[in-house]
Amino acid sequence: MVLGADASFLNPDKVLLLVVLAATCVCIVGSMLAARAGSVPRIRRIAGLEAVEEAVGRATEMGRPILFVPGIQDMDNPMTVAGITVLSRVAGTAAQYDATLDVPVSRSLVMQAARESVQAAALQAGQPDWYDPERIRYITDEQFGYAAYAAGAMARDKPAACFYMGCFFAESLILAENGNAIGAIQIAGTAETAQLPFFVASCDYTLIGEEFFAASAYLSGAPDQLGTLRGQDIAKALIALALAGGVVMATIEVFSPATAAESPVEVAP
Amino acid sequence: MSRSIALLICLVGGLTMLVSPFLPMATGWANDVTDWFNILAAMAFVLGGGSLLKVQLMRLSARGPGWGYSAVTLLAFAVTLWVGLGKVGVVADPSAPMVPWSGKPDDEGSAFWWIYLYVMTPITSTLFAVLAFYVASAAFRAFRAKNLEATLLLATAFVILLGRTFAGVVLTGWLPDWASGLRLENLAVTIMDVFNTAGNRAIIIGIALGVASTGIRLLLGLDRSYLGGDA
Repeated sequence: MVLGADASFLNPDKVLLLVVLAATCVCIVGSMLAARAGSVPRIRRIAGLEAVEEAVGRATEMGRPILFVPGIQDMDNPMTVAGITVLSRVAGTAAQYDATLDVPVSRSLVMQAARESVQAAALQAGQPDWYDPERIRYITDEQFGYAAYAAGAMARDKPAACFYMGCFFAESLILAENGNAIGAIQIAGTAETAQLPFFVASCDYTLIGEEFFAASAYLSGAPDQLGTLRGQDIAKALIALALAGGVVMATIEVFSPATAAESPVEVAP
Repeated sequence: MSRSIALLICLVGGLTMLVSPFLPMATGWANDVTDWFNILAAMAFVLGGGSLLKVQLMRLSARGPGWGYSAVTLLAFAVTLWVGLGKVGVVADPSAPMVPWSGKPDDEGSAFWWIYLYVMTPITSTLFAVLAFYVASAAFRAFRAKNLEATLLLATAFVILLGRTFAGVVLTGWLPDWASGLRLENLAVTIMDVFNTAGNRAIIIGIALGVASTGIRLLLGLDRSYLGGDA
């Protein structure tokens, strides 16, 4: 069977995207299988993730709570899923230290996922009694209503460590500046490029873009998950090569005699 | 068992969303999956509302610090729910003028619309306006020339700031045409279009690959932390 535009089986406008996606998937899955077979890549140290234990330890020593904000989007957003992954790690460490962890959420489904994740982390840490579902609570879907609550909670409870991991918009600076004002150690992670400068300016550590998505693999230390990170890097190298090739070809085209003849330089009268 | 079902749902939903842009016949499937998610999210709102009520009622009954805020929250919750579900002040839809509740709850003139326009909107606008001060304090901290990088950042920010205002035109408008690229307004455009765009695109490519990698880990069930599994 021939797959083409006439067959109406494959969207002809998306064929190139499909090829790129398939190549990326091959790189990632191939690297994952290689890692499973024993070729585990060495991952560079990510300061923001290394600082998780330091932040939780600081909160424990000071006897103050930890605030974890998993963004303001629902579970259909990959950033929220990545944020819940980091939450699971933070909760495990907080359970070990018996520190208080507050997780205000702006979506009901995120509340359920966060509760599941924190409960499992407490069980794994051998502290099932530490888990308190009331600490993971729904506030509001409204962006600034949620930001107002989080800012108020910071002013009242003075958390020693604040984590912002997920999808953020204009409320990012309200959260980060309030955390900065109370002197909390702050670790942020997002893939919203417009919010990254705000987090970089106000937080102690920021996971930028792909670092945030790599957190899950980095924290798990599982070979097959680490392998996917190498696959990502291979795909990135291929994209860089394609970009360089495109730049060279476009430059050659601009200076080629044929192009010059087609569009001669207009001389002003 | 329940975790296996959740993983299966994740796999089916994820694969459907993945193939839908490429297969015209699957476009409707993606819409169906989105509808299922919206239905699930709407059902989960009951859990969220329940959690909100429980926490606020507990705080109110304990008379702990800030219990007055809980009372305001509960009152606002009850009033908004009542005017929304009860369609208070809703005008009948022209297609069914005999049915007084046929209009939408947020139609102009309804109590719900009034609350949104005259209570919600001013409050959110106020909070949004406060951002200007937060930006100023964050910029003050970020632009301290502590080292070479921070000094470069400060200089760049200065050029952008001046280039985006009339001050840039006044200060460097005298430069001749052959040096027009050095005028602050043109420098600001060059910095935003070339350096800023290049950096942004590099980050976006990394993010796209990170999303793809995360998606594969979720679809293959390698990463189950969102289900309460191993991180």
